[in-house]
Amino acid sequence: MTQEPVAAPAPGHRRLSRKVQRVLATSLITALTLLILFFYLVPMIYGMFTAVKTDGQFSKTGAPIWPASEATYNYQGEDYEIYFVPIEGKTKSLALVKKGRDASMFVDPANPSAGLIEWQGSWRSLERSWEFDPQWANFPDAWNTINYPNLLKNTILYAVITTFGSVVSAALVAYGFARFRIPRKNVLFILMMSTVILPGAVTLIPTYFFWLKLDLVGTWWPLIIPAFFSWGTNVFLLRQFFLTIPRELDEAAMMDGANPLRIFVSVILPQSTSALTAVALFHFFYAWNDFFNPMIYLAGHPEKFPITIGLTAFNNLYAASINMIQAASLVSAVIPVLIFFFAQRAFMQGVVITGVEK
Amino acid sequence: MSLTSMVNALRPQKNFKTKISSLQKKEALWGLFFLTPWIIGFIGLYFFPMIASFVFSLLEFNPTVPDQAAYIGFDNWRRALFEDPEVGLSFLRTIRFSAISLPIGLAFALFLAVLLNSKNVLGSQLYRTLFYMPSMIPLVATVLIWNGVLNEQTGWINIIIQKFTGIQAVGSTGLRWLADPQLVYLAYTMFGLWGVGPAMIIFLAGLQGVPTELYEAAEIDGASWFQRLGKITLPMITPVILYQLILNVIGSLQYFLAPFVLNRGTGFPEGMTRFYMVYFFKQSFTFQNMGYGATLAWLMFIVGIILTVILFGTAKYWVFYAAEDK
Repeated sequence: MTQEPVAAPAPGHRRLSRKVQRVLATSLITALTLLILFFYLVPMIYGMFTAVKTDGQFSKTGAPIWPASEATYNYQGEDYEIYFVPIEGKTKSLALVKKGRDASMFVDPANPSAGLIEWQGSWRSLERSWEFDPQWANFPDAWNTINYPNLLKNTILYAVITTFGSVVSAALVAYGFARFRIPRKNVLFILMMSTVILPGAVTLIPTYFFWLKLDLVGTWWPLIIPAFFSWGTNVFLLRQFFLTIPRELDEAAMMDGANPLRIFVSVILPQSTSALTAVALFHFFYAWNDFFNPMIYLAGHPEKFPITIGLTAFNNLYAASINMIQAASLVSAVIPVLIFFFAQRAFMQGVVITGVEK
Repeated sequence: MSLTSMVNALRPQKNFKTKISSLQKKEALWGLFFLTPWIIGFIGLYFFPMIASFVFSLLEFNPTVPDQAAYIGFDNWRRALFEDPEVGLSFLRTIRFSAISLPIGLAFALFLAVLLNSKNVLGSQLYRTLFYMPSMIPLVATVLIWNGVLNEQTGWINIIIQKFTGIQAVGSTGLRWLADPQLVYLAYTMFGLWGVGPAMIIFLAGLQGVPTELYEAAEIDGASWFQRLGKITLPMITPVILYQLILNVIGSLQYFLAPFVLNRGTGFPEGMTRFYMVYFFKQSFTFQNMGYGATLAWLMFIVGIILTVILFGTAKYWVFYAAEDK
């Protein structure tokens, strides 16, 4: 990796060759990375291209991979199909005006005043000319078919409310773990961390039965309430961060007569905006992605579906509309991807803290 | 120095003991006050449901006919372990799928991390963002996008393969990624590669934490790039790899989403995607056999603990803890 000279400076030509080596290595590895990145993102490009294709393009042979429709040319008030015609030694795009078995009449869209051109051969052997024709209307169509405004409203509400709950509760608990001497605190902490890897299924059935008994299956409550009781990963992240805040700040405030709740609000929280942001983002993305819980608790209530479930239902109903499904999938990704681009620093730092320091 | 000890140092000696304990008591009470959300959550969302789940596993119970619930001892457990072949089969499918997807996923994350950590990559910050980005796409959308790109007729993957290798890939006699039992696990593994982001940057942080002195020393000794990778880089981040491995093993036991999004858990093709969690869902929610479902959930929990313990057990053979060598 590094090519720092370790011995005495090398003679001029050796230093130069080292430089050449360095440039070569850099361009090779960068090119390799770009190549991998390209293949990694191919499905995304596919999704974008496919989302704006016409319904018919999938079933037509010879259709290009980019969004296109067969080119036509309007000649004297009528639309004629354009074909690639080998004529006079080169291939020209000509509009087929009069079809014939052995010879057909064409017109050159680039030079219509030249009149009809006769071409010998079967027009059926010719290839159609396609022109770039993105169907931007697919996005509003998908938007309306799937009732996006409602899905979006549900998802945002779910994500925002549970994010608020999880940040507040995780911050309170993390402060408790970070600052107070509590008997058996280590045991409690280990207990909390072990819930992180507990498979959700093992608590699911009694929990489901509980909500069923309260007649709350089919409402948002079973999805929202648990978020207010703090989750291990979030607490862990915030605790790690709170531990780095100098205790002198707490103590100064305590000398001024502030109680712990006040210290928490006016000393700890203002110092921790980046960690709080990370936790908020974690939970927001989690909620945006959540599939299992809404599927179980909202089954049969389409008006309450979040995007993930709405998208699945859409896919089940319109499996043949490949373009619509791609359009709808892309739209569901826009908000999380945008937020990620703007907040990636805080977010990635949070991921690293929860992943490395455990 | 903490406040309590400072305050104690200022106090007259004779009341020392009682004062400490009352102060400590106050501190502990405040602490417990802040822990309240977690304590309630732990009891209400983990501890009690787990016990109840075990009790459910001893019952014949269907919530649509609650008055017919009956205590049947360990009948559900006997059924799951010895009489119901689908339990073992769905578990084996899960293991077979994980045996493909887990190593590929982790190796890809590690490979990207090593690549982006190289000083020879221009603009590694940008690549990091772009490799991470698909991890932000909702999983359902990821599955649907891949479902399109892997389509045997119109998907680009087959078109690309056919163009570059000449293999007949497109069409119903070509590579039917999601309909061919031989290929479907590979296809699902590819969906998983789009979630590589978190593991990648965790590995990357691990790589950046390797002390540079080690590399400098190795370089003086004339170690090649591959020697440095094998003898320094990888051993130094084995703790991170172990942690990711455990999380991923537990996660893959619960693998669930793609089969449900693509074929509503029917197991298509040929039952290959009826994984353990899918079977659990069928029993518990489709057939509403909640007693049996709770048994299956507890079995998964036990298997998860066993696998975690085994992984920790192997740690001493391959995980390197810097502290031990000092």
